[in-house]
Amino acid sequence: MIYVFALFLLTLLVITAVAIVRTTNLFVAVMLTSIFSLLMAANFFILDAADVALTEAAVGAGVTTVIFLSALALAGDVEQPRLGSRLLPLGTVGVLAVLIIYATFDKPRLGDPDAPVHQHVAPWYLEKTPEYMDIPNVVTAVLSSFRGYDTLGEVFVVFAACIGVLFILGVRPPGPAAELPAEPSGLRHHLIPQVVGRLLVPFIVLFGLYVQFHGEYGPGGGFQAGAIIATGVILYALLEGEAEALRAVPRSVLLGLVVGGALLFGAVGVVCMLMGGAFLDYSVLAADPVFGQQMGIIVIEAGVGMAVCGALLSIFHAFAAREGRP
Amino acid sequence: MLSAPLVVLLQPRGLAWAGATAAGLVSFAIAVALAMAVLGGETQTYAMGGWPAPYGIALAVDDFSALVLLLVTGAGAAALLAARPSVDKQIEEERQPLFYAAWLLGLAGLAGIVVSADAFNIFVFMEISSLASYILIAGGPDRRALPAVFKYLIMGTIGATFYLIGVGLVYMMTGTLNLADMQARIGDVVDLNPILVAAGFITIGLALKAAVFPLHVWLPNAYTHAPHMVTVFLAACATKVALYVLIRFDSMVFQDKLSDHVIQFAMFAMPLAVLGILVASAVAMFEGNLKRLLGTSSVAQIGYILLGASFVSQAGITAGAMHMFNHALAKGGLFLAVACLAYHYRDLRLSQLGGAAARMPWTCAALVLCGLSLIGVPGTAGFISKWLLITAALDAGPWGWTLVIVILVSSLMAVVYVWRIVETLYFQAPATEETGIVEAPLQLLLMTWLVALLNIAFGLAPAIPLTLAEGSAAALLGGMP
Repeated sequence: MIYVFALFLLTLLVITAVAIVRTTNLFVAVMLTSIFSLLMAANFFILDAADVALTEAAVGAGVTTVIFLSALALAGDVEQPRLGSRLLPLGTVGVLAVLIIYATFDKPRLGDPDAPVHQHVAPWYLEKTPEYMDIPNVVTAVLSSFRGYDTLGEVFVVFAACIGVLFILGVRPPGPAAELPAEPSGLRHHLIPQVVGRLLVPFIVLFGLYVQFHGEYGPGGGFQAGAIIATGVILYALLEGEAEALRAVPRSVLLGLVVGGALLFGAVGVVCMLMGGAFLDYSVLAADPVFGQQMGIIVIEAGVGMAVCGALLSIFHAFAAREGRP
Repeated sequence: MLSAPLVVLLQPRGLAWAGATAAGLVSFAIAVALAMAVLGGETQTYAMGGWPAPYGIALAVDDFSALVLLLVTGAGAAALLAARPSVDKQIEEERQPLFYAAWLLGLAGLAGIVVSADAFNIFVFMEISSLASYILIAGGPDRRALPAVFKYLIMGTIGATFYLIGVGLVYMMTGTLNLADMQARIGDVVDLNPILVAAGFITIGLALKAAVFPLHVWLPNAYTHAPHMVTVFLAACATKVALYVLIRFDSMVFQDKLSDHVIQFAMFAMPLAVLGILVASAVAMFEGNLKRLLGTSSVAQIGYILLGASFVSQAGITAGAMHMFNHALAKGGLFLAVACLAYHYRDLRLSQLGGAAARMPWTCAALVLCGLSLIGVPGTAGFISKWLLITAALDAGPWGWTLVIVILVSSLMAVVYVWRIVETLYFQAPATEETGIVEAPLQLLLMTWLVALLNIAFGLAPAIPLTLAEGSAAALLGGMP
């Protein structure tokens, strides 16, 4: 049964991808990419990767779509007709696809317990996580402790992206003279989105917080929570106008969130070093190593959440602020 | 000790030039300390989070990484020291903190790639360094940088994705991400097809990042339109780090396990290297813009490094690693001199630069010195690595002579394009009658001369990089039958 469903989803995925490539209206393309992300999220869920599915749904289908749309508001939504032949790209893509399919012929069957992936590192994680950290969600354990250094790297990727957008779009760092347009914009005069949206925003933010702090027990964690909270605030911005949202969460706070989040994560690492452990070795944080691990994970997840949320919102505002100017 | 570059990485916000430079210098000092330790004989390792290697992420620095790390941090620190006047001129005051933050991120990303011993961790830091370099390149006042950087972004992302696909396939078959562990476990894999495809994806992806010949199209424009100091930094080390990963991955994971892989790698890399050397040198001979000329010549130099690696022999890899180091010195010095010139000349086409030597004698002299090293005149650093390369080519087999001819011909081509620069600077009448062009600021000039003199110093006494390069070749070939 699950196979039929997966097959159905994958077929839809292919159809959406082809449609994205073929459409010349960029607005349609953006909407289709959003659908694509949702389908991907469903697929991840079928493969039992709930954490990834949550991220994909929040970031891919939610925030990215809004950011794409605000870029479209600047650039117009009609694609320039393309010059030149499509044969070369088509050929390249075809060859690559054949190569990847060829590589998967020898791939172990899905869920095969004898596959190399399930023989080497993974059992160790499954076995040791309860012993070292005593938390049920192994994904969180791997993400934030065993491979915490990678996660730190990813936070800095987000940070770099945020810096890049701010730098290139030339938004001034927060100063005293941040003038706000007087008249409210947004969907204030449309009754239905207004009412429904208002109802939704607190729940979204609440859900984000739940995901943030529940990451140890169920799917979730800093990345997902940050994205979900950012979605909530963006929805608010869309309803009440950007100025109103900026008043609720000013730009300096956002930048502080990004920087603070990244620094918090790093500081945890340094503190671990100062307390005699290795970089990001949370065991030394408390007298009891298990509790130390738990504490470290909670703190760095908070850092991740702050950084992701702040970065997404800064990027959104950078685009939105651009809209007002010629 | 090893995580200190990362501590440096953690303060990337707000601090303008002084902070950034201090961080750059600290990381350079750490790199020097590491190199000394490695020269002392032992590979330095560090387990992140205190988890043992295949489960947690490990860092490892051996001779090869120490060499490249020296290069990256050295280039970063030197360029930052000199950067102040040039950056002040090109980037507005209030955007400078962001600019330096991106610079530090780039430096940290590149250093992170070099010290990492984990395939996925390398990818993460590759993302950081690439994002940072896109930002840096797009940061200048030159609007033409934007299309250039977009092209770079697309190509770079494709390269990184290919790398990720390859790593994913290898993980699927071995169940590990640690490079050394991969090397040990890949021997047990029965079905080699996915590994083969993975090797292909990883090689092509990294070749894209490294601007190996047919995949180099993003490079000249990106270098040309970037802010001058950024060009110094990136030209000296960015592509070399990708080459470093390519060589390391290939020799550690693939070469001794896949049958015939050595020959396949040589057959793949050698023609590309030769073509890259010849075509890019030829293009550089006719290029009119000074920065693009030097950028195109970089493509040829990458060809030399790849050629050295493609011999898969002790002499060959030594030559490749040496050339990595020496080319960074020469090209870094050249671009620093260009930054000096650009301080007064807005238009960097050769036709506009006539007679600059009379106005900026010190700058031009440094430029000539580095140019000589690029050609490989005896007594400069460039000579050492070209000599090693020729020796390696002669060792390689009966067709080694053809490769020697290729190297000699391309060196002659280098003579031609460097001579064109010299001719313009020294012997042509000034194209414009602008007055008030004087020597570049002292800070910039001092660093330029320091690098230029290093070219000579390492030409006369190449012991340190040579030991490291030989050590790296031995380590990389260690697993070979």
